[in-house]
Amino acid sequence: MAKRLSTKRLALTGNEAVAEAFKQVNPDVAAVFPITPQTELMHKFAEYVNDGKVDTELIAVESEHSAMSAAVGAAAGGVRAITATSANGLALMWEILYIAAGMRLPIVMALVNRSLGGPLNIHCDHGDAMGARDAGWIHIYSENTQEAYDNTLQAFRIAEHREVMLPTMITLDGFIISHTTEVLEILDDETAKSFVGEYKPLTSLLNPDQPVTMGSLALPDYYFEHKRQLVEGMYNAPRVIEQVAKEYYELTGRQYGFLENYRMEDAEAAIVVMGSAAGTTKEVVDSLRDRGVKAGMIKLRVFRPFPHEQLANALSHLNSVAVLDRCISYGAQGGPVFGEVRSAMYGKTIPVHSYIYGLGGRDLTPHMVESAYNDLFEGKSDPRMRYLGLRE
Amino acid sequence: MAKLTEIRWHARGGQGAKTASTFLAEAAIHAGMYSQGFPDYGPERMGAPIRGFTRISDQPIRLHCAIDEPDVVVVLDDTLLDNVDVCEGLPETGIVLINSHKDAATIRSKIKWKGKSLFIVNASGIALEEMGRPIPNTPMLGALAKISETVALDALLEDIQKKFAKKFKAQVVEGNLRSIKRAYEEVRAA
Repeated sequence: MAKRLSTKRLALTGNEAVAEAFKQVNPDVAAVFPITPQTELMHKFAEYVNDGKVDTELIAVESEHSAMSAAVGAAAGGVRAITATSANGLALMWEILYIAAGMRLPIVMALVNRSLGGPLNIHCDHGDAMGARDAGWIHIYSENTQEAYDNTLQAFRIAEHREVMLPTMITLDGFIISHTTEVLEILDDETAKSFVGEYKPLTSLLNPDQPVTMGSLALPDYYFEHKRQLVEGMYNAPRVIEQVAKEYYELTGRQYGFLENYRMEDAEAAIVVMGSAAGTTKEVVDSLRDRGVKAGMIKLRVFRPFPHEQLANALSHLNSVAVLDRCISYGAQGGPVFGEVRSAMYGKTIPVHSYIYGLGGRDLTPHMVESAYNDLFEGKSDPRMRYLGLRE
Repeated sequence: MAKLTEIRWHARGGQGAKTASTFLAEAAIHAGMYSQGFPDYGPERMGAPIRGFTRISDQPIRLHCAIDEPDVVVVLDDTLLDNVDVCEGLPETGIVLINSHKDAATIRSKIKWKGKSLFIVNASGIALEEMGRPIPNTPMLGALAKISETVALDALLEDIQKKFAKKFKAQVVEGNLRSIKRAYEEVRAA
């Protein structure tokens, strides 16, 4: 039994929950620029700055490109830096995302998932995060406001670990989580602070006793080795993610890892899904189980580094698998999560199917999830992507 | 078994349905329940039809989707009845609460739903008298407390009092509390 510390039960939106975690961490620098549906997250945090609840230096920049650049500058200067964005804002950061990772700067960013037009749309899908799939960031997804809060606190520990040193984004589904008021438990400020700990940078550009060069030119003679080292950080991350989750569990009783296996023990078919859709899927699993249908679900919490081995093991006893992607990869065999899952299942004969859902905030109802399970149990196969909740 | 109540709000932009859906969730959470409150974000024009949603349960809520089959429908503007099927997906055993000064027969004639539990309250009228502005959202919460098992009147009043006292002057807080109590008393079965 985990020991329970003093916690507070609050009604907060996902944006407010992340702002609360940021407040408890009290980072040194926050680079902020508004974009729907992220805006109110940093709006809330800016209130904390204004009210003296934190002593963060808030930099109101002129674009997201500048927000990430300011975060890079601050982190290279040896301080804890945060930012937050959505969709087009993340796209505008694109260039600097790679530089943040390449410079091994443990910036923590909240990404409130939103579709990338056109047509213009402000609602949720995971296309924004998937665009940054190969930027060298750690990606952690949240199912609800509680997880958005918990993931934010854990992100600092993961990013800043000496053997990882990688920027980390925690994501929450735009509007569905960012703007929904839900109940969550938060730690008291002191416990949260001591869990996250004080930031001791490995190097700082502002330390004259230890002069370093950062972000310099690396031509064909060294560039490749830098990228290989970044891979090493990703390889080290799983152990750190598990360790941080274990400590967090001891503190809160809430369990985190790479996967949440839901009713998987004797399952015959399962859905793999990320983010808020996992909750709706669990409800469907329960109702199918009530009817004697052996359905299971796996929620994928960490997309980078991808838990290939764990996932393959968790799925190895099934007859079939469906992967639900809230993102489309045009011209591919399926969504980006599907591609990873099928690759993880290489050498096994279990069929893996791709379903695309929820683009641009299209609601995912229990009926839609159930229709995917029905396909699995009826053995309906299709080599192409299928769609949930689409008019054709 | 979890006892889940799903409430769908219909209003026009500016009438406070988003706020009401969230206030109800907050009051339920502060009263020890599990709850979710969220609006259906679209083009947020004044006067455009909008929806809000509240779920209340004695168990953690995992669903994260809109409410297509509500237990309760709350309508903040009776002119919506002419062009929105507010009762879509509502079973006949459900509850409808409408803000209107019109009589029961007129309201009945505008909706397709044939269930019994239809309630009417003149929330805009109450708000105008008590607060000087016809913003029906807080009195509708009072009426809802009376006709449904969502949140008790005392818990609602306490939560609104605490919340509003931080933001508004005493006159506004009192006006809202009086509106809630009056709507609780004046809501009538139709």
